[in-house]
Amino acid sequence: MSLAFRGVACDRGARRLFEGVSFALAAGEAAVVAGPNGVGKSSLIRIAAGLLSPAEGEVAVTGRIALLAEAAALDAERTVCEALRFWAGLDGADAAAVTRALNDVGLAALAGVPVRMLSTGQRRRVAMARVVASGTPIWLLDEPGNGLDAASLARLEALIARHRGAGGIVLAATHLPLAMPDARIISLSGEGAA
Amino acid sequence: MLALTLRDVRRGYAGGGATLVVAFFLLVTILFPFAIGPDAVVLARVGGGVIWAAALLAALLPVERLVAPDLESGVLDQLRVRGVSLALVAAAKIVAHWIAFAPPLMLATVIAAGLLDLSGATLARVEIGLAIGTPGLAALAVTTGALVAGLRSGSAVAGLVMLPLAVPLLIFGAGGLDPVGGAGAFKLLGAVSLVLVAGAPFVAGAAMRAGMD
Repeated sequence: MSLAFRGVACDRGARRLFEGVSFALAAGEAAVVAGPNGVGKSSLIRIAAGLLSPAEGEVAVTGRIALLAEAAALDAERTVCEALRFWAGLDGADAAAVTRALNDVGLAALAGVPVRMLSTGQRRRVAMARVVASGTPIWLLDEPGNGLDAASLARLEALIARHRGAGGIVLAATHLPLAMPDARIISLSGEGAA
Repeated sequence: MLALTLRDVRRGYAGGGATLVVAFFLLVTILFPFAIGPDAVVLARVGGGVIWAAALLAALLPVERLVAPDLESGVLDQLRVRGVSLALVAAAKIVAHWIAFAPPLMLATVIAAGLLDLSGATLARVEIGLAIGTPGLAALAVTTGALVAGLRSGSAVAGLVMLPLAVPLLIFGAGGLDPVGGAGAFKLLGAVSLVLVAGAPFVAGAAMRAGMD
């Protein structure tokens, strides 16, 4: 499994956000996309996920992808457990994987609570649980630390470390300091930002 | 596909959507006797057409809720990351929307027929027509929903997009009420409905993708 960018550029509207981004991640490796607001961190993640096409260059992905995006994509009226099971079904994961993932993010107690009752941080952790439960090798995390308290941040760092230990790849965009040992830093300069 | 359809059917019924459509449909049919006057003969003559027009308007009601919420909440993103084709998503939505909207509407038609003093034979023709035409109407609703999903005044545009396209369904649906030449109209209604159902998933899928950039 691998994730590689070769000379990738991204346009939003008529504006060039970034260009010449190249990196390659192999099993167990991680990269952090850093840079100020509006520089294209989320766009880079969306390009890696195949949701945006790059203006130049190419992206090579082998292996299945799990995406943690800004939008939670959880049905508000269903319970946490049901909402996760829907996605687990699509991912080919079983109910036990959902339970384990909820334990991992520290939300096992809220499994029966409707998603609309959750706080921002809790919703974020449920979305993270979906990534964990999916069992996919490549994690694309867009601002995974947003809205999390200190304990949850530590749990997130532990989950990322465990995933890499098991041979997974992590690409995270964040403006918060996130402890990821020997992660490559992909620094997007602010040139393209208005 | 099955999981997607089940999810959308549940959302269709859970949001009070079906009740809303039925209530709106009955309300429109009730308006006509007030507007035309309580002459039973006249009502019985125009009743079938009234039901068709009301069904069309009622079908427009849930359009904005079919695709836009999934676009906003990132559900479509997550599906695409998993390699699910958007045309398949659209097909699932069409099936789910039909299940959530057509059976309640056809039941409500029985009540509407009583209000408009339709004969049993006319009611049967309306129901047959609706059974043939509603899949096309559901396909049109999902396509329109996908087209207007990213727009701010989506619901206003939705009417302008959908109603003209639904005119063939209305013409042949109402044409089927004629006891003499009705069979031919039903065949044409079926043809229109089939074309809509066959083409809609691809158009709606492309519209969703365009909305995601």
